[in-house]
Amino acid sequence: MALLRYESQVRPPLVENEKTYHQVTEDIVRPIEANPTRLWWIGFLISVGLLLFGVYSIYREVTYGVGQWNLNKTIGWGWDITNFVWWVGIGHAGTLISAILLLFRQGWRTGVNRAAEAMTIFAVMCAGQFPIWHMGRVWMAFFVLPYANTRGPLWVNFNSPLLWDVFAISTYFTVSLLFWYSGLIPDLATVRDRARLKWRKFMYGFLSFGWTGSTKHWQRHESLSLVLAGMSTPLVLSVHTVVSFDFATSVIPGWHTTIFPPYFVAGAIFSGFAMVQTLLLISRKVLNLEEYITIEHIEVMNKVIVLTGSIVGVAYLTELFISWYGQNPNEGWAFAQNRLNLFSPYGWSYWLMMGCNVISPQIFWFRKLRRNLVVTFFMSVIVNIGMWFERFVIIVTSIYRDYLPSSWSTYYTPTIWEIGFYLGTFGLFFTCYFLFSKFFPVIAVAEIKHILKKSGESYKKNMYHIEKESAEQLYNDVHHDHHH
Amino acid sequence: MAVKKFVVGCFDDEGPLFDAVKKVRKSGYKLHDVYTPFPIHGLDKAMGLRDTSLHTAGFLYAIFGTTSMLSFMTWVFTADFPLNVGGKPHFALPAWIPITFEFTVLCSCVGMVITFMYLCQLAPFVKKHHFHLRATDDKFVMVIELTSKTNESEVSSFLTGLGATEVNVQNAETGWWLGRYDKEQKLFVEGQSETVSA
Repeated sequence: MALLRYESQVRPPLVENEKTYHQVTEDIVRPIEANPTRLWWIGFLISVGLLLFGVYSIYREVTYGVGQWNLNKTIGWGWDITNFVWWVGIGHAGTLISAILLLFRQGWRTGVNRAAEAMTIFAVMCAGQFPIWHMGRVWMAFFVLPYANTRGPLWVNFNSPLLWDVFAISTYFTVSLLFWYSGLIPDLATVRDRARLKWRKFMYGFLSFGWTGSTKHWQRHESLSLVLAGMSTPLVLSVHTVVSFDFATSVIPGWHTTIFPPYFVAGAIFSGFAMVQTLLLISRKVLNLEEYITIEHIEVMNKVIVLTGSIVGVAYLTELFISWYGQNPNEGWAFAQNRLNLFSPYGWSYWLMMGCNVISPQIFWFRKLRRNLVVTFFMSVIVNIGMWFERFVIIVTSIYRDYLPSSWSTYYTPTIWEIGFYLGTFGLFFTCYFLFSKFFPVIAVAEIKHILKKSGESYKKNMYHIEKESAEQLYNDVHHDHHH
Repeated sequence: MAVKKFVVGCFDDEGPLFDAVKKVRKSGYKLHDVYTPFPIHGLDKAMGLRDTSLHTAGFLYAIFGTTSMLSFMTWVFTADFPLNVGGKPHFALPAWIPITFEFTVLCSCVGMVITFMYLCQLAPFVKKHHFHLRATDDKFVMVIELTSKTNESEVSSFLTGLGATEVNVQNAETGWWLGRYDKEQKLFVEGQSETVSA
């Protein structure tokens, strides 16, 4: 038993201060039971305001057509698809934390996985808006589904990356939602059993599906989580791979590259972790959860950010090298003139991307900066600006000058309704996040209790004895084997 | 789903549970269940529960997803509506890998979650008897069913001896019924049932 509970002294505690199981429940559930704070209301109302502006922007687009946006003959994909890829990418960190880190047995994920998974779901909801409303005649959106119809039946094209995307994104959303909610059920039952108000008993009774905490149910729950994690891991990699296929399978210079799938996945995790940092730095402060989302958690995530940022940097350089080495004049032009050249119409966006994504995260090689909350917060915003520009660079600088100079487009600037749509998805994202943080436990209560005796600060103090005992035990065992 | 009589023992820590479960099984009492606020690894084994086959179900759903999607796309593009896309082959297996994969994952995950909910009888408006409200907070609740052979006070003192800090006797319905948590609802009205055995 002792060895099962053992975790090295070298590892800092994941739950700070002396905590009992009951205190863990108290600390995490209390914000749900209290009245929302003034700050919560301000944030929530701003989000709803943005959401309404977004709804109006979409209303204009649906009523008057895609012409409400400044997309033109060569720039058929502009802010909309940039935003789509950006939001999908942000979602990826949630799945990485909840699934891949579960498989790798990373204890620190328990502090942040619930909020990160919620972020995934909200980000994918935002992402999905863009291709849907970009269709123009959105009432025909169901045409993307393969159903028996009276037009032949004329089926969808299963060979098209755009259809792969439909399957990838909808599967990703569904699986993330199931994973998140199945993890929430026991914690919602905790809230239910503490509830005193009638409406709260009703609501959490409804949401927790009658969970009791039976050992058999926990056994199945563990099995379910493990398999869902196992399935989500290749799924999350496939989703951004498929998103990158939207570009990579085309013949547009700047898009037609085999490096896209791994480069997109790394970029997605990079931007996703930055968004997790932004959200958690605020949440831990506002909800008083600093003992559960510790500086350790933040430092580990900053390490992931510097790693993935550097992978993305290597990908940028590889792309440049191949565009020269490949000797394809069109591709060479796309990189040398449309991107690298600072004085070309969009050259600034390429260098903004380079500065934000590759150069600035390198400050996280320093432990002191990794553990600085203000620096982390600004970096998390900078990374997401950089990653937005990455998608903008890929999409717009590749298509504004195509093979025919006669159809080179004029400079593309978004209309207020394109910007409004983007702001609207921020509204959607933060409205959902504010509601989530008010009504749901933002930290997985049961999972924290599960690691408390291994990684809690008060319990770690006892580890020294276990360490000594087990070393002696190990010595005796080896000695014993030697003689027989 | 009858009303039965149970002796409920609450433990403050998961530590004594393993030993307690072992002793309960040894002494021949009917262990109904142990309710815990978080999963305790190895307790299922100690209780003698068999491993869950949920993952096998997930595998079968996955196989269903793979075969159904692949055969559907094959039928559509080779038999029902063969489209000539730039002279490419109708049976375009490599191009179908992404969709086949996604559908496999979708079927497996959705199927497993539904199976999980069915097996554990979890759904909105499902209500169950909860032996202790803090079983989802910080109490580890061991429930022993009273039979004609077991004595109430004997089991109670047995549980106290194992380290239970709180012991009580409850008449409870097993299983589930439709209900709301803001209302006292039971399937049977207490006192009317004849299945309670003292």
